[in-house]
Amino acid sequence: MGESLRGSSPHAAHRPKFAYRRPPELGAAAAVRHPVVVVGAGPVGLAAAIDCRLKGLPVVLLDEDDIVSIGSRGLCYAKRSLEILDRLGCGDPVCAKGVNWNVGRTFFHEREIYRFDLVPEPDHKRPGMVNLQQYYIEEYEVERAQAVGVDLRWKNRVVGVDPHADHVRLDVETPDGRYAIEAQWLIVADGARSPLRRLLGLDVEGKVFRDRFLIADVVMAADFPAERWFWFDPPFHPGQSVLLHRQADNVWRIDFQLGWDADPDAEKRPERVIPRIRAMLGDDREFELDWVSVYTFQCRRMAKFRHGRVLFIGDAAHQVSPFGARGANSGFQDVDNLAWKLQLVATGRAPDRLLDTYSEERVAAADENILNSTRSTDFITPKSGMSRVFRDAVLELAERHDFARRLVNSGRLSMPTVYEDSALNTRDTDAFAGAMVPGAPAADAPLEEDDWLIDELGGRFQLLLFVDHAGELPRPVVDALAVLDRLPIPVESIVIARHAGGAVANTRVLVDAKGVAAERYDGRSGTVYLIRPDQHVAARWRRFDLASIRAALGRATGHDAEV
Amino acid sequence: MPLNVQPNFHDPDRRRFRDYSAGDDFYELLIEAHRGLDEAQSAKLNARLILLLANHIGDLSVLREAVELARERD
Ligand SMILES: Cc1cc2nc3c(=O)[nH]c(=O)nc-3n(C[C@H](O)[C@H](O)[C@H](O)COP(=O)(O)OP(=O)(O)OC[C@H]3O[C@@H](n4cnc5c(N)ncnc54)[C@H](O)[C@@H]3O)c2cc1C
Repeated sequence: MGESLRGSSPHAAHRPKFAYRRPPELGAAAAVRHPVVVVGAGPVGLAAAIDCRLKGLPVVLLDEDDIVSIGSRGLCYAKRSLEILDRLGCGDPVCAKGVNWNVGRTFFHEREIYRFDLVPEPDHKRPGMVNLQQYYIEEYEVERAQAVGVDLRWKNRVVGVDPHADHVRLDVETPDGRYAIEAQWLIVADGARSPLRRLLGLDVEGKVFRDRFLIADVVMAADFPAERWFWFDPPFHPGQSVLLHRQADNVWRIDFQLGWDADPDAEKRPERVIPRIRAMLGDDREFELDWVSVYTFQCRRMAKFRHGRVLFIGDAAHQVSPFGARGANSGFQDVDNLAWKLQLVATGRAPDRLLDTYSEERVAAADENILNSTRSTDFITPKSGMSRVFRDAVLELAERHDFARRLVNSGRLSMPTVYEDSALNTRDTDAFAGAMVPGAPAADAPLEEDDWLIDELGGRFQLLLFVDHAGELPRPVVDALAVLDRLPIPVESIVIARHAGGAVANTRVLVDAKGVAAERYDGRSGTVYLIRPDQHVAARWRRFDLASIRAALGRATGHDAEV
Repeated sequence: MPLNVQPNFHDPDRRRFRDYSAGDDFYELLIEAHRGLDEAQSAKLNARLILLLANHIGDLSVLREAVELARERD
C-alpha cells in the first residue's frame, strides 16, 4: 500500500472539506435502527449510498474522514463506469471534466515500437474511457449523495461491529464521543485495509507482487498531447517500466516501476523524484510535483462478499493492481449489482438468497479482474529470466507484427463482466448471434434526436420488444404487457421499433432509427429481451410468451417459481 | 499459405468476449510451462516446443518465412 508523504498537494489542498455535524444519536438511550448503513465514503461507498437512495431506501453513510481522496489515485474510468454514474446522476460532470484519450504509444528501449488509436466504436453515448483524478469523482458523488438525501456523516469512524440475526450493531467514534447505531443491512466500503473486515475476523486471500511503483502527479503547463505513453526498459529508467497519462487541469500521472529493493521512503523525496521526472521529460520542461506515493500492489479477494447482513463492496472485498484500471471500475459494478437486489430483499419482494447471488456474480467478476491484472503485472514485471526473454521477444516482434501487438500487455482496460454462468440467467432456447448473451451488460444504441438506449434502461426490470412498426404488436401481447407492469416486481415494457410511426397503449416506443439496436441485440421483429435493473440481460426469446417471461423474472429474482 | 502474422489465438472450446483473452491464455501457459526450470532446462523446453509446433505446421515455405522473420532482429 502507499503512504503519501506530501500531504500538501496544491491540487488536493483546494479540494473541499466537508462539515462534521453532531450525530443525533449521541447521548441517546437506545440505538436507532436504520434500514441501510454504508461504511466508507470512497468512490464505491458513495455510489452505493446514492443507488440505495434512488431505490427508495433511507441510507446513513459513515466516513472517518472529512475530505476526498488525497492524491489522484484512480484515474481511468471505463465506459461501463460512466454508464453506471449516468444512472446514478453524476456521469455528466465526470465526462465534462474528464480527459478523453484515444492514442496509446508503446516504447521499448529507445524506440517507439507501435501506437494504437482506440478509435471509439461509433454509436455509443459514452467513450471507452475518460481520465480524471479520483478526488473529482468523489466530489461529484458527494454533491449527488447530498442532493438525493443520503445522511452523510463525516468524522464518524466505525470502531466496533456486532452482527445479529436481524441487524448489525455498530460503534461509532466522533469528535464529540461515541454512539451506537443499528443497521438492518450493512454495506462495507471501507477500502483495501478494511478495518471492518478485520473486526469481523474475515480473511482476504491473494498475493502481493514483489515490486514497488512510484506514483506521481505532476502539473505541466506544457502542450503535451492527451495520450497514454508506456515505456518498457527506457534509457532514462533502465530495466523498469514507466507510464505517462494525462488527467484534468494539466495534471499528469507518471508511474515509475522501481523494483522490490527500492527504499519507499527515500524514493518519495522530491530530490529523488524530480531528477527521475526530468530525465524522462527533458531538461527544459517546467513542471511542479503535486503528489507522490510509493506502492506495492496486490491481487486478492475475500472468499465471499456476503456475510449474513454484511455486504462487502469495492476494495474492501477485492483488490487488484492498477494495471487495467479495475479497482474503482469494478467497485462501481459491485454497486450496480448489489443495490437492486438489496432493494428487493429489504422490501420483502425477493427471497434472502438473491443476495447470495451478489457474492456469486461479483466473486466471478473479481476473479476475472484479478486474472487480467495479474497477467498485466507479470508481463510488466517478468518473474524469471525466461519470462523476460519472451516478454522482450514479444516487444521486438510488436514493432512489425500485429499478432505480437495483441500480446503486449501493459494493462487490459476494464470491461464489464459478463455473468455468463449466473444462476439468475435463463438459458437461451432460441438461436441468437452477437454479444448480448444472458448475463451480458446491455449494449447502448443511438435513438432519435440524440437520445440513447442506455439512458432508457436500468433501475427496474424491463422488457425490450423489437418490432418493425409499433402498430404490429398483436392485441394479446399489448394486454400481457399491462399484466407484467402490475406484478409485485413490475416489468416495464419498451417497444423498440425499426421504423417511426404508431403507438402502443401505455408503453414507450423508441425508434431504432439507425438500426444499431437491432444489430447489437440481433433483434428481429418479435424478439424479446428481459433486462435486469442493473442493465444486464436476464433472458431473451424470439417470440413473446408471458409464462416464459414470468418464469425468467422469478429466476432472476431468486424465486423458485414465477412471480 | 503464407505465414500468418495477424492475431490468431483462439479457443474453440470457449466463448471469449475480449479479443486479447485467448492470446493472454497462451502467454500464461507458455510462461507457466517454464516455471521452476533452470536456464538449460528452459532452453530444452523451448527446443522441444519449437520442434513439435514446426512439425504441426509442416509446410516448409511457412517455416522458412518464420525463421527468416525471427532472425531479422539479430
Ligand atoms: C496509484 C493508484 C492508481 C489507481 N488507478 C485506478 C484507475 O485508473 N481506475 C480505477 O478504477 N481504480 C484505480 N485505482 C483503484 C482505486 O483507487 C480504488 O479501487 C478505489 O479507491 C476503491 O474505492 P473504495 O470506495 O472501495 O475504497 P476507498 O477509496 O479506499 O475508500 C474507503 C473509505 O472508507 C473510509 N474508512 C475506512 N475505515 C473506516 C472506518 N473504520 N470508519 C469509517 N470510514 C472508514 C475511508 O476514509 C475512505 O474514505 C488506483 C489506485 C491506486 C493506488
